[in-house]
Amino acid sequence: MRVEVVLPGVLADLAGGTRHLEVAPGGGALADLLDTLAVVHPRLARRIRDEAGAVRRFVNVYVDGEDVRYAGGLGTPVPDGAVVQVLPSVAGG
Amino acid sequence: MTDLLAIGTRKGLWLARSDDDRRTWTLGEPHLLAQEVAAVSIDTRGPGPRVLAGVQYGHWGPTVMRSDDLGASWQETEAGAIRFPEDTGAALARVWQLRPDSADRPGVVWAGCEPHSLWRSTDGGCSFELVRGLWDHPHRPTWEPGGGGGAVHTVLPDPASDRVTVAMSTGGVYVSEDGASTWEPRNAGISAVFLPEPAPEYGQCVHKVAVDAAGPDRMYAQNHFGVFRTDDAGGSWTSIAEGLPADFGFPVVASPSAPGTAWVVPLVADMQRVPPEGRLRVHRTRDAGGSWTGLGSGLPDRFWAAVMRDGFCADEGDPTGLYVGTRDGCVYASADEGDTFSLVADHLPDVLVVRAARIPG
Repeated sequence: MRVEVVLPGVLADLAGGTRHLEVAPGGGALADLLDTLAVVHPRLARRIRDEAGAVRRFVNVYVDGEDVRYAGGLGTPVPDGAVVQVLPSVAGG
Repeated sequence: MTDLLAIGTRKGLWLARSDDDRRTWTLGEPHLLAQEVAAVSIDTRGPGPRVLAGVQYGHWGPTVMRSDDLGASWQETEAGAIRFPEDTGAALARVWQLRPDSADRPGVVWAGCEPHSLWRSTDGGCSFELVRGLWDHPHRPTWEPGGGGGAVHTVLPDPASDRVTVAMSTGGVYVSEDGASTWEPRNAGISAVFLPEPAPEYGQCVHKVAVDAAGPDRMYAQNHFGVFRTDDAGGSWTSIAEGLPADFGFPVVASPSAPGTAWVVPLVADMQRVPPEGRLRVHRTRDAGGSWTGLGSGLPDRFWAAVMRDGFCADEGDPTGLYVGTRDGCVYASADEGDTFSLVADHLPDVLVVRAARIPG
């Protein structure tokens, strides 16, 4: 199973300079994908989730265009071929 | 020798240098631009200076960055230098304080963080371990967050003993005499105007604590209303606010060399966090709080910002140098213990922390 992870430009440096990652997650849920990502790119993974495992408050994750906060959270299914997009929310000043 | 000044702001870190014994300063280019830098230390114990920065990457969370080449490059521990153990269920929210220990404890660096926690590193800040004795203290669930969040914001290791003193907003002052294993509150005499009990055992909003040059038992505290001194390592505190134009404020700085000398920056009140009469003034005592002198040469009038708890520091020079960073993005330096100040930088983002060190030039 392979999944495409699309990152904002500001995180590309933490993913080896690319905004597009091909990941083979260890399971079928978003948490599995992020766990796999943490093994290969730990600093990138820490930008998305805190050490308690929660997606950071101002980070939004979409699985095939669906905001996981309104889907299954970290349990959101990530099917083969899915596109998982990470975006910063509108915040800051 | 070069005097180095690190300036952490809401949107980046700047380093300023002086090569003429602090008469003039040159401000460098920004580092970690657009990231909040609320904690900085310059560790001069190693073969070269190490700058540690507590960074808040906006949307992307907090971390600790380090540079061994004065900002030419930055490194970050892959898994995170400060990382709550899984069993705590907690997550790091902000690094508030980075404090290298003494020269005869090489590699030891302390960190105070939000949520209320103390951390100890033995590898120069590459990785920290949670101080369980404080984390597991039965009082911790009742330490409430102040307006900026609940944090250990002051860490004072005693270089001559196993004593470690911390201050928290809120929570107050806690002291360990056994190298941070066990902790007790030491707030007797410090007021807590926001609590129904005027002088509780703990729960105070102590904004900053500084150790006097006379020895570790004498400390000063700038409280959320009130300026206090202890002569018995926090066993009891007495007010030394008489003579100040206001007893609210955030920082307190003690001279590293002259016993009895300390400085504060008063603000009108918690509901009016501006200096009295709109004048930025540093107030100095030479007699451990018995009397105070307002110092304003080189500091602005018509000033309506504030100085944060770590936006004020002293250096190790002779005479002692002072550095005041303001929320309107200015930094003022004094090479004569506050008698006169000059502008080092302006138009920066809000200054959150300043730290000074003398390094080989």
